[in-house]
Amino acid sequence: MKSTPVFMSYTRGDLLNLLVLMVLGFVLIPFVVPTDYWYSSILIPWLCLSLAAIGQQIVMGYAGQLALGAAGFMAAGAFALFNLELRLPFLGFPVNLVLSGLVAAAFGVLFGLPSLRVRGIYLMVATLASQFFIIWMIDKFGWFKNYDTSGIITAQDIVIFGREFTAPLEMYLVVLVVVTILTILAINMTRGSTGRNWMAVRDMDIAAESMGISLLKTKLQAFAISAFFCGVAGALFAFTYLKSMEPVAFDIKLSFRILFMVILGGLGTISGAFIGAAFILLFPVVLNTLGNEIFHGMVDATIISSIELVVFGVLIILFMIYEPLGMAKLWENIKARINSRRGAETSMKQNRKAD
Amino acid sequence: MPDTRSFMIGAPILEVSNVSLSFGGVRAITDTSFKVLQHEIKAIIGPNGAGKSSLLNCINGIYRPQEGSIWFKGKSLQKITPNAIAREGISRTFQNLALFRRMSVLDNILVGRKLHMNAHFLAVAFQMPSAREEERLNVERCEEIIEFLEITDIRDTPVGKLPYGLQKKVELGRALATEAEVLLLDEPMAGMNVEEKREMCRFILKVNEELGTTIVLIEHDMGVVMDISDNVVVLDYGKVIGDGPPDDIRNNQKVIDAYLGVAHD
Repeated sequence: MKSTPVFMSYTRGDLLNLLVLMVLGFVLIPFVVPTDYWYSSILIPWLCLSLAAIGQQIVMGYAGQLALGAAGFMAAGAFALFNLELRLPFLGFPVNLVLSGLVAAAFGVLFGLPSLRVRGIYLMVATLASQFFIIWMIDKFGWFKNYDTSGIITAQDIVIFGREFTAPLEMYLVVLVVVTILTILAINMTRGSTGRNWMAVRDMDIAAESMGISLLKTKLQAFAISAFFCGVAGALFAFTYLKSMEPVAFDIKLSFRILFMVILGGLGTISGAFIGAAFILLFPVVLNTLGNEIFHGMVDATIISSIELVVFGVLIILFMIYEPLGMAKLWENIKARINSRRGAETSMKQNRKAD
Repeated sequence: MPDTRSFMIGAPILEVSNVSLSFGGVRAITDTSFKVLQHEIKAIIGPNGAGKSSLLNCINGIYRPQEGSIWFKGKSLQKITPNAIAREGISRTFQNLALFRRMSVLDNILVGRKLHMNAHFLAVAFQMPSAREEERLNVERCEEIIEFLEITDIRDTPVGKLPYGLQKKVELGRALATEAEVLLLDEPMAGMNVEEKREMCRFILKVNEELGTTIVLIEHDMGVVMDISDNVVVLDYGKVIGDGPPDDIRNNQKVIDAYLGVAHD
């Protein structure tokens, strides 16, 4: 049985999870993690990419539309924020961040249109257009880069209510706040009627339509919201991690990485986005460290990076075959197994007592 | 049929008139006309490939007939999409189960409440009181349906994991949740055992009697059809060969020929 909600629509378990994660993210990590390296090279990109993965999750895991082009929407968000901060600085960073998400959402609707006619692998190819078109547009028209010819444009400093957030820890906190808020909104949507409509379209579109769901509206809504998440993620990625504006950072490779995050993490789960992002991001780091620590540089770095790709490929194939619902599902299964074993043990004990 | 119903059969509510449908060169339905009366249970029967499901798909807007028209409460259903037809008050189940396999029983039935749930996605995202209230009321309504169908114990199970008979029940529940005036049931009892069939009949009759829902159903089991329906229309090779109360149909020579075959000598 579902446990009853204690506050709004959240159960005791939900609130407990939230509390633990909040304490971990806002209190424990800032106190325990001392080095800037961890913030600027691991935690910040992890949070940003997790947010983008949530976007991919919404359109692919929930609405079932095989879209590939998250990085394109990220680029749209990043350059929208750059231009908004440049041209409308008086609006302030928070407002501009939301606006840049909305710009990406508009692109999301535009490039979601093919989903009304094609599906599956064909849709994937069609949505690739967003990837190439957005990057091309930014490169082609100088206005987007403010006619900067140097090729490297520095992102503006983040200023919120007159206070600068430039140290790695400060930027980490900014990103964490945004990601926390958007994650809660995403969870609310996926648990509510909005998410049910998406999943209905994913599982059986004809039946969904016969129940009165408009495929047009639902698909485009999923594309828009997905692109909004990617756009905000891209803006944060550029402003807190890259700290510069370069379209090449948002190439198709990034889109594929986000796709892999969602597949490995688990389609149709929000936690899967975070797990997948952590895995894809940390795995190369772990592999490198292993290479250095264990083999002391005997293995060539290029070989290590190729091994990385091979292992990713194998893992994706394995997950596709044995656990299409990804690592989040794997984790659920482990938890369920532990719980049932514990349950069995206690009932055995009780039986023994009864004897 | 015992007359315990609180709604008397009334005027035609759904009218299929001169509908023809073909796929490429294959004619599925030829110049078919019949009427469905308000609050009645109407069965569509006929041999395999007679065009029964195609006809339901036409009424429901999934197929568009090339000729003829379909009228619902005086309004033409031509050129409108399935979701608009759902809005008009027609809901359905499918022959080969069209459930949302990865969603729980409750969520499947909640999707049936779609037309009663209009919260904006932002209201849902921010958990506004209006959205929460809407969710609560509709979950309550679905719980009633789940109780009515006696499937309370599988409420949170993903439907893909349920046996066939239960899935059929869930699909009926989803159609009921729409509170549509007309339910189109495409072989609601196919593949069920006698026990399950009897149960399903009970549900269908109860819905018709208590809510006054007009029901159009396709069924192969003649016993069931003759027992529960008020009127039967018989299709053969996409044409109507009989239309009337079960007793007339039973004695209709054309129908007997179509089912038993005629000796050509």
